[in-house]
Amino acid sequence: MKTVFYIVRKEFKQIFRNRGMLPIIFVMPMIQLLVLSNAATYEIKNITLGVVDHDRTSTSRALVNHFAASSYFKLQPHFEATNAAQTAMQEGNVSVVLEIPRNFERAIGKEQQAALGVTIDAIDGAAAGVEQVYITQIIQRFDRDLQRNTPWKLSTLKPVETIETIPLFWYNETLNYKTFMVPGILVLLVTMIGLFLSGMNIVREKELGTLEQINVTPIKKSQFIVGKLFPFWILGLVVLSIGLIIARWVFQVPILGSLLTLYLFTTIYLLVVLGIGLLISNFTETQQQAMFIAWFFAVVFILMSGLFTPIESMPQWAQYLTYLNPVKYFVEVMRMVLLKGASMVDILPQLGKTFAYAVVVNGLATWSYRKTQ
Amino acid sequence: MKHIEWVIEVSGLTKTFGDFTAVDAISFKVQKGEIFGFLGANGAGKTTAMKMLIGISVPTSGAARVAGYDVFTESEKVKKHIGYMSQRFALYDDLTVKENIAFFGGIYGLGKDRIQKKSKQLIEELGMESEANSLVRSLPLGWKQKLAFSVALLHDPKVVFLDEPTGGVDPITRRQFWEMIYKAAHLGTTVFVTTHYMDEAEYCDRVSMMVNGAIEALDAPHRLKEKFGVESMNEVFLKLARA
Repeated sequence: MKTVFYIVRKEFKQIFRNRGMLPIIFVMPMIQLLVLSNAATYEIKNITLGVVDHDRTSTSRALVNHFAASSYFKLQPHFEATNAAQTAMQEGNVSVVLEIPRNFERAIGKEQQAALGVTIDAIDGAAAGVEQVYITQIIQRFDRDLQRNTPWKLSTLKPVETIETIPLFWYNETLNYKTFMVPGILVLLVTMIGLFLSGMNIVREKELGTLEQINVTPIKKSQFIVGKLFPFWILGLVVLSIGLIIARWVFQVPILGSLLTLYLFTTIYLLVVLGIGLLISNFTETQQQAMFIAWFFAVVFILMSGLFTPIESMPQWAQYLTYLNPVKYFVEVMRMVLLKGASMVDILPQLGKTFAYAVVVNGLATWSYRKTQ
Repeated sequence: MKHIEWVIEVSGLTKTFGDFTAVDAISFKVQKGEIFGFLGANGAGKTTAMKMLIGISVPTSGAARVAGYDVFTESEKVKKHIGYMSQRFALYDDLTVKENIAFFGGIYGLGKDRIQKKSKQLIEELGMESEANSLVRSLPLGWKQKLAFSVALLHDPKVVFLDEPTGGVDPITRRQFWEMIYKAAHLGTTVFVTTHYMDEAEYCDRVSMMVNGAIEALDAPHRLKEKFGVESMNEVFLKLARA
C-alpha cells in the first residue's frame, strides 16, 4: 500500500511539473467541448438555392417567396436557363435548384396539380435527405396557402383532407442538437484523456530507461500498475467534472439523473480505458507506436459508439461489433442519465458489461506486463 | 581457514536468442565485499549476462544464485538484495535529488524515518546540499552518476551491479566514483562492475574477460598480466579480444 503511495506521489509531481502536458490535460478538452459542441450539428442551415423560373407569374413568385422566407434557404439570383443553374451546381455555388416550368400557374388553376423540378446536390447524402424534407414541407405549406386563398375551389371540389402529423419530441423537446451532442462529446474527452495518458506514460518510461530501473526493484506488478493508473483515473474524473460544469452552465444541458450514478459509472468506465492504454503500453516500445495504436482504437471506438451516427443504421455485423465498444455504453449512459434522468437500475446492463470489460482488460494488462524479458 | 561467503555463484549460465548464443555457459563465483570487474568488447555479452543476474532476463539454461537466491525461481527475492545502475542514467530527470531518493527509498520499502535519515546522509556525503532541491536534469553528468550509484546503494544491498558507470565522465569524477566503490566494498557490499576503461580494471580485485559470450580469462589483474606476459590490462584485453 505504501509503495503505491510513493508511485502516485511521483506521478502527480511529474504531471504537474510538465508544463507541456498540463494544458493538454485541462485546457484542450475544454476548448474541444466548447468548439465541437457548436460545430458538430446535423441541423442544415443556409442552403444555397438557385431558382429557374420559366413561369414568371404571381403564383411562381409566391412559391419562391415561401423558400426565401424560410431560414433554411439562402436564395441566389435567378438563373435564366436550366444549364446556367446546372453549371452553378457543378461549381458548388448552389446545392438545390428549383425549376418552375412554364404554365405552372395555369396548370394549378386548371388541373389542380403541377409539376416542379427539384435538383439536390447529394454528395453528402445525409444532408440531401434533410434538404428534401425541408423542401417538401415548404411546398406543402405553399399548397395549403394556395387553397386557403382560393375559397371558390373548396366549394366546388371535395373538401381537402390532409393528414398532418404533429410530432411530440420527448427528452429534448426543442430538438436542440447541443443538448444531444454535448454529453457525447464529454464522453469523447474523458475517453481520449484516459486512453492517451495511460498509453503514453509507461512507454515513456521504457524509452527513458527508468522502467528498467523500476523492474530491478522488488516492486509488485500490481502495485506498480495501480500506482501508475490511479493519477489518470483521478484526472479523468476531474475532466468529467469540468465538462459537466460547462455542459450545465454554458450549454444549458439538463442534468436530470443523479450525478452519483454518473460518477459511479465513469469510475468503472475509466478503468476500462486506462486498462486499454496500459495494454497498448505493454506491447509497444516507443511513444510513437503507442500513439498510433491509441489513435486507431480511439477513432474506431468513437465512430462506432453511436456518438455521431446512430448504431441502429449500421449494418448488422457492425452492430454486433459495437457490443465490444466501451465508448458505446458510456455514450448511452451519459445521455440516459443526463437527458432522461435514468437511475442506477436503468443503467445496470451497461454497468455490468463495463465492469466485466474492466476486469478482463486489466487482467490482461497486468498479465502481459513483464518485469522480466 | 577463513570461511568464504559467495554472493554470486554462476554455473553454465546460457542465453540464446534464436540461433544466436549471446552468453555461452559462463561459470564463476564472486565473494562478499569483492570488486569484480566484468570486461569484454562491445557485444561480447556482458550486459546480457548482467541482466540475467539482476532478474530482468530469464536465462535459457544453467544455474545462478545471487545474494543467496536462485535467479530462475526467486528473481523477485534477488531484487530485494541487489542494487543496479544501468548504462543509461535512469533516475527521474524531472524530480529533484531529494524526490528521487525518497521515491526509490519508498519503492524498496525503507520507511519514512529511514528515508529521511538516508537522504540527509547521502546528500551530505555527495556534497550536494545546495542542489538537494534542484531537478536532477540540471546536474552535470558526473554528479548524476554519483547520485545514481548512491541511490543504488540506498537499501543496503548485498551486491551492486554497475553497468559502465563511468562512461563519458571526466577523470576527476571517475576517480571520486572509484573511491565510492572502494568505500562500498569496504563496508561489505559486493561490487560487480563492467567497464571499458582498462585502468579501472586494474582497480578490481578480480576481473573476467568475456569474448563472444564466453569467459576466456578470470583472475586478479596482476596474475593476468603475468600469465600473458604483458605490462598492462590494456594489453591483456587486446590479446584476448583479438584472439
